[in-house]
Amino acid sequence: MSDIKIKITDREGITHEVDAPTDMNMNLMEVVRSYELAPEGTIGVCGGMAMCASCQCYVKSEHELPEMSDDEDAMLAEAFYVEDNSRLGCQIHMTLELDGLEVELAPES
Amino acid sequence: MIKTDILIIGAGPTGLFAVFEAGLLKLKCHLIDALPQAGGQCSEIYPKKPIYDIPGFPEVLAGDLVDNLMEQIKPFQPGFTLGERAQTIEKCDDGSFIVTTNKGTKHHAPIVAIAGGLGSFEPRKPLLGNLSEYEDRGVAYIIKYPEVYRNKRVVIAGGGDSALDWSIFLADVASEVTLVHRRNEFRGALDSVEKVQELKNIGKINLITPAEIVGLNGVERLESVTIRKTMNAAEDITLEVDNFIPLFGLSPKLGPIGDWGLEIEKNAIKVDNTLDYQTNIPGIYAIGDVNTYPGKLKLILCGFHEATLMCQSAYQRIFPDKKYVMKYTTVGGVTGFDGSKKEAPKAVVKAID
Repeated sequence: MSDIKIKITDREGITHEVDAPTDMNMNLMEVVRSYELAPEGTIGVCGGMAMCASCQCYVKSEHELPEMSDDEDAMLAEAFYVEDNSRLGCQIHMTLELDGLEVELAPES
Repeated sequence: MIKTDILIIGAGPTGLFAVFEAGLLKLKCHLIDALPQAGGQCSEIYPKKPIYDIPGFPEVLAGDLVDNLMEQIKPFQPGFTLGERAQTIEKCDDGSFIVTTNKGTKHHAPIVAIAGGLGSFEPRKPLLGNLSEYEDRGVAYIIKYPEVYRNKRVVIAGGGDSALDWSIFLADVASEVTLVHRRNEFRGALDSVEKVQELKNIGKINLITPAEIVGLNGVERLESVTIRKTMNAAEDITLEVDNFIPLFGLSPKLGPIGDWGLEIEKNAIKVDNTLDYQTNIPGIYAIGDVNTYPGKLKLILCGFHEATLMCQSAYQRIFPDKKYVMKYTTVGGVTGFDGSKKEAPKAVVKAID
């Protein structure tokens, strides 16, 4: 099995349970884009290089996530609406360990 | 009034390459961009990031790609209106267009090519309720004329290169520079961070970290800002200032182009076909990331392709009676508007007795 199920709450507050493939080197931002859970141009603006924070999300579940890189940490230092559980979706790659992950998209800024 | 053959809105890689392809057809181009420099996202967001999918370049920094494109189009002498956003478009009786920027600069061309990427980049504004009250009354998001800040008390907020670079620059211009950042660590070039440290040590920059601007105060214009130290919210600091410059980067918005009567789908301009990327308004084309059509891929190399086809179509539209045959640069070389000519060296022909 190469798909996992994740729950994504969009910016309208609607929660979507989606299948995310783990065999395509996809990240959370790309999953959101592929399911069109945020309008084009409002997410993944920098292409997934941790340089814009348009894919900021709040991690709601207790999953162990990859450690934050310096780039991601620094970007979140400049972003708005940052909370303790903020991460950049583009830096979270889909792996089997993330089955059941629950996230909420941060407001657009 | 600036007159040209093809008016290109957006000076990112696609817009720049369109100048080259138009130049091969002897068509002159002028570019408008809201940013103060050419290069679009490549220059503004990730100039130091490598790109791996440009044919012929196993790896190229985004900034270097833009530099190369600028070099490539130099013979075609494009005009630039930078730091201004294309605001309105008006169709003339002869089918040509007049595009006016937010600063009132007028451009006239028979062809308009929108190569606006994700849109025009607008400053990301901090979340302060009364921020707009002080815009142009002490608050600015882009520094266009540093002399405006001479002998003024300036507060800069942000932690990236812009915040660092302008703090350094204004340290010699303003009477007082205060840099406020949410963290102690700065995301910027190491030498800029070290320079700020040095200027702080000698008292030329007042550094307040980790802290945030939480209030703007003043009657008519900005008079002071309220700074909250993240570790000690109880002791807010009120600092008397003349100017507040939040530098939190830019975010793209489709902007006024969205009101030009063009068919829009998913924040992008719909083009009817992949023949020439013309929009629903004849004479207006959309190329690169700004357009959408079935199968669209937002890649720089696709923008290059679209720019090429757009120029061929534009040529036919400008000269409907002329038959143009596409030529290869390997055969015909490149003849610039500046009189320069690039061509393959002629082979030496020698008879054999």
